[in-house]
Amino acid sequence: MIRSPAISRRAALGAAATLVAPGIWSWPLPARAQQTQGAVIDITRARTDPIPIAVPDFAGAGDAGRVGRDIARVILNNLRGSGLFRPVERAAFIQTAEAAAQAPRFQDWRVIGAQALTTGRAEIAGDRIRVEFRLWDVLPEQQIQGTAFTAPLGNWRRIAHLISDVIYERLLGEKGYFDTRVCYVAESGPRDRRNRRLAIMDQDGENHRFLTDGTFAALTPRFHPNAQQIAFMSYNQNQPRVFLFNLDSGRQEVLGNFPGMTLSPRFSPDGRSVILSSTRGNDANIYIVDLGSRRERQLTSGGGLDVSPCFSPDGSQIVFNSDRGGDQQLYVMSADGGGARRISFGRGRYATPVWSPRGDLIAFTRIASGQFAIGVMRPDGSGERILSEGWGMEGPTFAPNGRVMMYFRESPARDSRGSGYSSRLASIDIAGFNERQIATPTDASDPAWSPLLS
Amino acid sequence: MMNPKLLGAVAALALLAACESSTDQNAAATGAGAGGAAGGLGTGLGSGAVRPGSQEDLVANVGDRVFFATDRSTIAADQRPVLDRQATWLRQYPQVTVTVEGHADERGTREYNLALGQRRANAARDVLVAGGVGGSRINTISYGKDRPAALGSNEDAWAQNRRAVTVVR
Repeated sequence: MIRSPAISRRAALGAAATLVAPGIWSWPLPARAQQTQGAVIDITRARTDPIPIAVPDFAGAGDAGRVGRDIARVILNNLRGSGLFRPVERAAFIQTAEAAAQAPRFQDWRVIGAQALTTGRAEIAGDRIRVEFRLWDVLPEQQIQGTAFTAPLGNWRRIAHLISDVIYERLLGEKGYFDTRVCYVAESGPRDRRNRRLAIMDQDGENHRFLTDGTFAALTPRFHPNAQQIAFMSYNQNQPRVFLFNLDSGRQEVLGNFPGMTLSPRFSPDGRSVILSSTRGNDANIYIVDLGSRRERQLTSGGGLDVSPCFSPDGSQIVFNSDRGGDQQLYVMSADGGGARRISFGRGRYATPVWSPRGDLIAFTRIASGQFAIGVMRPDGSGERILSEGWGMEGPTFAPNGRVMMYFRESPARDSRGSGYSSRLASIDIAGFNERQIATPTDASDPAWSPLLS
Repeated sequence: MMNPKLLGAVAALALLAACESSTDQNAAATGAGAGGAAGGLGTGLGSGAVRPGSQEDLVANVGDRVFFATDRSTIAADQRPVLDRQATWLRQYPQVTVTVEGHADERGTREYNLALGQRRANAARDVLVAGGVGGSRINTISYGKDRPAALGSNEDAWAQNRRAVTVVR
């Protein structure tokens, strides 16, 4: 295995090698069979017809074999979790993983119902791992994709997520969301003395760690487009204000110089500014803070409480939540603060709007008849669709491909001591199926889904 | 001076708070925040044992909190006397500084409730200032729905949680 600085590694791998993340290189493998172009499966079929895929363990000797097996299981878990793939049971496999990695015997995979097949091989050299991966279309016996990765051994999970995203994109025709992380608020203790800490984990729940120590409450984390910085609300020194958190350095700093409370931050799509809400007197208004000059500019002064602003992905518009008309509704205005118009007209109150990364939908929380719901509507307010409903739920956040949302779901207290209350993260496909609880070590709220890490 | 009839009403309110406290594991005391003195709610009642100008004094003899209707932050007529008494009390103890904590019930979204709690705290503060208390003596903070006084998930608990609590610093 090559162990050399990045430049010479790139030269050794060939001109096509690309650095996909710090320390992780990828390059295409020569096709072993006829190679297809483009996606093979139409995503509109996905709900009723998840793609049957076989993911045998990646081959390898000794430790490499163990890592190869783990990589395959991470991929399998990702694909299954999306609800868009149906993994073929391992017990049904006829050809061994080792043999398939050399040359798939397509007949063996066809008869057990696999439509797609992944094969792979892992090798360890010193502190680096090299993983070869191929994706096959079983029926026409074609290779769809062949890619190799090298990375520091400790990054093997990243490779598994990158491969999962390749599979997702090649088979479904849109980008995946597996190489991402989720930041959220970890909650513990009784509700009147709740401990609220920022925590971060891979989207599949692995590599969990706490970012703050609980000496002050932390709420509503949101990712910078580069995924290395988080804006959140902190009760540090009992002054609730928006802070920035640098994930590389761990450094926290207050944002802006506002006299009152600041809350509900979100980065602009270009990452150069933050919009937030600041309270003053009877009002809360929306401001934009330039991260370079740190200068603030007021965007709304419409009276009432204007909170939860979120940019459209092209940066031209802002959706926000306001009670200026009497109760909480959603409004869209231009990014410079002009021309606010109400877009929510259904039954009940509407809150926590968040714009899909695709630009085509706005997700929201709706409160009506004592029930909470998560839904989506088009940016002009048409096409409202409720995805999930219950006693308590709020705070939707989109996966970077706009296909899946995460939010948190609460259950009510059964008695005056608060027994039975819980708050957990959940995810759902925007088509309204595959609702799943996301495992976290403690109660959880305010999830924020990161952009793709690479 | 406070008339005896009013004092009786205050004592009843304080008793109510003490009851809530026992059923809700000192929710009232915790709701008073870090600056509040835990316990002493019962012992302070009319006994003269409480230190004048203290949180216990405020809770037992004046009333430390006002309540709000759903999604509202205006001080209702029946809540106004509590704040008037607080203003009188604060004028009596000019060295005392307070924080007004605004809260909301759990039936709203977190961010909106944070802003709503702040608006409630400001509304209570405005009445105190109008009652002659210097604005520099009063801080405000909002906890939204995140620090309930009553832990149940029912109308009674929500009514107790939509509140502004005055806490001696």
